[in-house]
Amino acid sequence: MKTTRRTVLQLAGAAGAALAMPTIITTRARAADKRIAMIVKNLGNSYFDACANGAKEAAKELGGIEIIYTASAKPTAEEQIAVIDAQIAQKVDGIIVSANDADALVPVGKKAAERGIKVMSFDSAIAPAGRIVHLSASSTPLIGAKQVQMIAKTLGGKGEVAILSAASTMTNQNSWIEAMKEEWKKPEYKDMPLVATVYGDDQDDKSYREMQGLVKAYPNLKGVISPTTIGIRSGAKAIVDGGLTGKVFITGLGLPSEMKDYVLAGACDTFAIWNPVEYGYSSTMIMADILAGKDTAEGSKLSMGKKGETTVGKDGEAVMGEPFEFNKTNVEEFAKVF
Amino acid sequence: MKGFVNYRELALGLILVVGVAAIGAYQPVFLAWENISDLLTETSVLFMMALAQMVVILTRGIDLSVAANLALSGMIAALVSQYYPDTPLLLMILAGVITGLVLGLINGGLIAFLGIPPIVVTLGTLAVYRGMIIIIAGGDQVNASEMGAAFQAFPKQVLLGLTSPVWIAIGVSILFWVFLNLTRAGRGLYAVGGNPVAARYCGIDQKKQEMLAYSISGAVAGLCGYLWVARYGVAYSEIANGYELTVIAACVIGGVSIGGGVGSVAGTLLGALFLGIVMTALPVLQISPFWQMAISGAVILAAVVINARAEKRPEKLILPEARRIGRVRA
Repeated sequence: MKTTRRTVLQLAGAAGAALAMPTIITTRARAADKRIAMIVKNLGNSYFDACANGAKEAAKELGGIEIIYTASAKPTAEEQIAVIDAQIAQKVDGIIVSANDADALVPVGKKAAERGIKVMSFDSAIAPAGRIVHLSASSTPLIGAKQVQMIAKTLGGKGEVAILSAASTMTNQNSWIEAMKEEWKKPEYKDMPLVATVYGDDQDDKSYREMQGLVKAYPNLKGVISPTTIGIRSGAKAIVDGGLTGKVFITGLGLPSEMKDYVLAGACDTFAIWNPVEYGYSSTMIMADILAGKDTAEGSKLSMGKKGETTVGKDGEAVMGEPFEFNKTNVEEFAKVF
Repeated sequence: MKGFVNYRELALGLILVVGVAAIGAYQPVFLAWENISDLLTETSVLFMMALAQMVVILTRGIDLSVAANLALSGMIAALVSQYYPDTPLLLMILAGVITGLVLGLINGGLIAFLGIPPIVVTLGTLAVYRGMIIIIAGGDQVNASEMGAAFQAFPKQVLLGLTSPVWIAIGVSILFWVFLNLTRAGRGLYAVGGNPVAARYCGIDQKKQEMLAYSISGAVAGLCGYLWVARYGVAYSEIANGYELTVIAACVIGGVSIGGGVGSVAGTLLGALFLGIVMTALPVLQISPFWQMAISGAVILAAVVINARAEKRPEKLILPEARRIGRVRA
């Protein structure tokens, strides 16, 4: 099971590893009151580098916090456990982890807790027993609703819309599509019917063909939602190549670096994905709250700094917010980041 | 020249015509010129890849590394375009072709001179070539915005209603036909696969023929690598993942015998066209995705069964085959 964003990013990670990176790199500032280790899946991954930048931003804003950004070269649980162990030995105050394995990290999480070190996860969760809080970038209802809202804004709420998904068997894709349909029930979308759901299997060529097929099978098609980074870029390319710019618009979940050209060409008006800088920032803010001794029981509120507050849900799970929107005004800037 | 179109190819062609007519009756937009042009463009890579694979299969071999080769060559071409955007387009394409050729030579060398079975060699190089993409590109992908404009514009250029990949596929097909039917080396491929012992007695160098076959396969994969990357606007390690199976399926449907020695350019092109139609028709027909896979598979099986039945006839006529080999000797 692959999540669309992660597939791309893990590739990037795997490559970093292949480049014979040193096993552990730690960035360290001067001694501070509190030290927080941000341990991500692997090194050489620009997505996590962006998260770390957000974390450092939060540390600067809060003051008195040092961020130690580190990871293993390979995205495996074994190597990650060694890195966490090293940080426990360094007696950091808090650890923020993007887990390579939810269950395998539970023992090391417990070990840290025994030594008084606070552990939370972001991006990819540790099972509840091994951490205090997990911050999800977004939630299924928010992701689903956001995409319908984006296409409605682009089309002015009028015109046929289709969904171009990854594989018909992917759980996350299907739950997002369910969430979209839930949003679609609202009366403001009555002139914007969903006419088809097609599957590009997260392959560029198949997604491209599915997009070509859609515009032929539905001559009145105005918009397409693609909740996968591969689907949205291939669909956008098919729009540009087919001379359909301005007639059909695509939106969904995409990466700024891949979508830049298509946004500037006009095939895509807006798209969304969680902003890694904000993600690292919010995680650090929450960790600061935890270190300050704030309650983390279900229903309690934690601060995410300028991103507002989040409420801790069942099993210590919290949600950052709706996906971050990209358009002509900011896509070029973020394309440099991820 | 004799046997350019045989019974099997006629049957396959007929199925295609009936199939296209049926799809067109249900969804007239399928027969629109725009759709046919899209279909041919989408299938052009498969045409060439299938022909190259046929050459390998003729020698009783198989090349499983073609899709990985395509992805790696495409990546090299894309990297050239990214870092040396002023390079003439022809040189960028050539970078892909030469990469593919070198990768093909590696396959050929391992198979011909070390005597390792082709399926093992190419299964290994498949993984190696895919891994190389990650190493060479540092794990990054090359996006549309990083490739040059000319690099990406070429596959979209239209001449007399057909896009450049279609013209390239036509040119490559003609070359293959001439090579396989009119040249000594081309006929040698049939001989080596049809009856290796007899071929040896005829003085045909099997190693040379195998090297030739895998080099052709590699070079064509390299060319297609450029076309693929430029067309879809992205190069990374996962492109065309599993595509080798589509290519082999096209050959099998087109009547190429996995046992070697049997196969024609026309049949292989029809086999590729058949799969191309299936791939492009299903989205246009808006068939439920849950059925698409099953339908594709069933259609392939049906085609192979029909082919196998058709193949029984020429099997009885041993003499023309013998004559063909005899012609090589002469």
